Amino acid sequence: MAETAAIATQGAIRTRGSVLTSFARQRELSLAAIMVVLGALVSIVAPQFLTISNLTAVAALASIYAIASVGEALVVITRNIDLSVEATIGVVAYCVASILERHVLDAPAAIVLGIGIGLLLGMVNGVIVALLRVPSIVATLGTLSIFRGLDYVIAGSHQVPLAGLPPGFTDPARTNLLGFLPVFVVVALVVVVVGTVILRSTRFGRQVYAVGSNPEAAAILGIPARLVEFSAFSVCGLLAGVAGVMWVMFFGTINGTAGTGIVLSIVAAVVVGGVSTLGGSGTIAGAALGAFFLGLTANALPLVGLSQFWLQAIYGIVILVAVSVDAIILRRLQRATAERRAR
Amino acid sequence: MTTTAAPVRDQRRWMSLLARWETLLVLALIGLILLGTTLSPFFLTAGNFSNLIAALMEVAIMAMPMTLIIVLGEIDLSVESMAGLSSAILGFLWAAGVPLWVGIAVVLVVGALGGLLNGLIVARGGLPSLVVTLGTLALFRGMALIVLGPRGVSDFPDWFTAFGFGHVPGTLIPWPFVVFILLAAVLGIVLHRTWIGRQVYAIGKNAGTARFSGVRVTRVRTSLFVLSGLIAALAGIILTSRLSSARADAGSGMTLTVVTVVLLGGVNIFGGSGTIPGVALAVLCVAVMQNALRLASVTVEVQSIALGLLLILSVVIPTFAHQAKSALDRVRGGRPPPADSIAQGEAALS
Repeated sequence: MAETAAIATQGAIRTRGSVLTSFARQRELSLAAIMVVLGALVSIVAPQFLTISNLTAVAALASIYAIASVGEALVVITRNIDLSVEATIGVVAYCVASILERHVLDAPAAIVLGIGIGLLLGMVNGVIVALLRVPSIVATLGTLSIFRGLDYVIAGSHQVPLAGLPPGFTDPARTNLLGFLPVFVVVALVVVVVGTVILRSTRFGRQVYAVGSNPEAAAILGIPARLVEFSAFSVCGLLAGVAGVMWVMFFGTINGTAGTGIVLSIVAAVVVGGVSTLGGSGTIAGAALGAFFLGLTANALPLVGLSQFWLQAIYGIVILVAVSVDAIILRRLQRATAERRAR
Repeated sequence: MTTTAAPVRDQRRWMSLLARWETLLVLALIGLILLGTTLSPFFLTAGNFSNLIAALMEVAIMAMPMTLIIVLGEIDLSVESMAGLSSAILGFLWAAGVPLWVGIAVVLVVGALGGLLNGLIVARGGLPSLVVTLGTLALFRGMALIVLGPRGVSDFPDWFTAFGFGHVPGTLIPWPFVVFILLAAVLGIVLHRTWIGRQVYAIGKNAGTARFSGVRVTRVRTSLFVLSGLIAALAGIILTSRLSSARADAGSGMTLTVVTVVLLGGVNIFGGSGTIPGVALAVLCVAVMQNALRLASVTVEVQSIALGLLLILSVVIPTFAHQAKSALDRVRGGRPPPADSIAQGEAALS
């Protein structure tokens, strides 16, 4: 009885929802479609947009943000937030660059160490949130200050120049497989695919959604909520570490301010990608696509003759539009369910 | 009965007064001042105090409406960008030849409108304020950059820069400090002594219950965001005056310090509790701490580490103190119920 009602409810929502609503509900598809339309419009005005050299450069930089956004999305799905990712990226970037400059380790070992530092900082957040029960926004606001302070203390006024890095270290940022597929994009794809499989098909993945959508119910079901939160923050740190290493490869010249202010773009990518800040819903593929969407916007602005100053304002509007669309869809779904129940 | 109960109640009152966050802040403030005096003989001079207070006033002023907003269970991350937008518009209008007082009026109106935008989306749209004000954090900063671009405007008249930089005649009290004290007094009375304040606490504790009790939740939420935008614009004017320069990037990163100060002041990030005197004390503590660290030639970077640690500890310590206390109570076999409640129970039985 209850099952048929549930199925009927779903059917009702499906038939009732306008075409536009169902389109907007498929956030990944609609984002991809918007990106294609936007790209087409921009390339009419500025043909140089649709060149392989431009698109690969955009995609390589956006991949760094995408990987950090995947980690952030994981944390946001558990109904938390990590504001310290940008500082983690900064610390990792400077440490890796400095180690390479001083020839302490060779490149592969430095990369592993960098990712390890990211994981460690993520675990620090995890301990503060999951074990010490500090609300994540407070905890990571604090660690944002602390990690950035550490970065400045370690770096001082020193700047690692491009020449300080071993020859060929920055090549992956500019290498394209088959002539058009940047290595960075491949790395991001691997992260997204592995992450999606883990979230959809493993016990841990389902637990992440369960903890985020209803912590009390999850606890009653015997899900180790604290462990899940700790793991999410740790993975977020690890991915920030990967992003930090890629930051060094992309920019080459690194000082203590690397990554300052990018947490805004990372959280924006997550929100635009359809991950609800109330937890429990959204996909990491959406978050990654969100990062590519913002990257595309940033690249298109100067090409269509708008100054870089417009970027912040447009990001702001994009965030507001994305959350408003989410809220409208949610409200329609609730109304459809309520109408169904009333009958 | 009453003779035994009264001392117990007195003792409890003292204990609860001692256990208050504000008391801890006063003790911390005294400790920091003592530390400062051992570090440098100049620490306890009026000139030094005047400087250390002046540098933190924009943050302190923005922390006042932020206190109300966090007690309400919301957050406003956009204040630093609103301060920047305010500075940019003021500079733009002044450079365009508009009289300064007109510029100031325009800026305050823009601040209130920006706050209204936040308030309408959060209160009417029912969207989470964290994300909405993250959006307007980017939007307002973007607007500031569009208005003023990368240039700075700095040829303001003397009376204007004297306001941010100068002191009340005959004293060493900086003008912005007067603004802060007035604001703290007004908002403190509103929050702690009026029905508006009771409504703010009621919404912060449980918005649903508050609505059923006849509180106009939407109106209170919207008004507080308008207030926050207005005061952020005021802070932007003061910042412009103190630095005698208008820039689009004015106030960058200030939201972090504002929220840190509010939480250090004992305000619960989930809403429903916190006081204006607590936050005002936290402002003084942070000012004194930053100054003591500077005199001890601790760099700004290490100060940011100290601030972050303080923020996290300000949540961890009360939580653990509470847990330790309840563990202690359990060991003692539970706290005995008040004597008169037992008497009532016996009366009910017989």
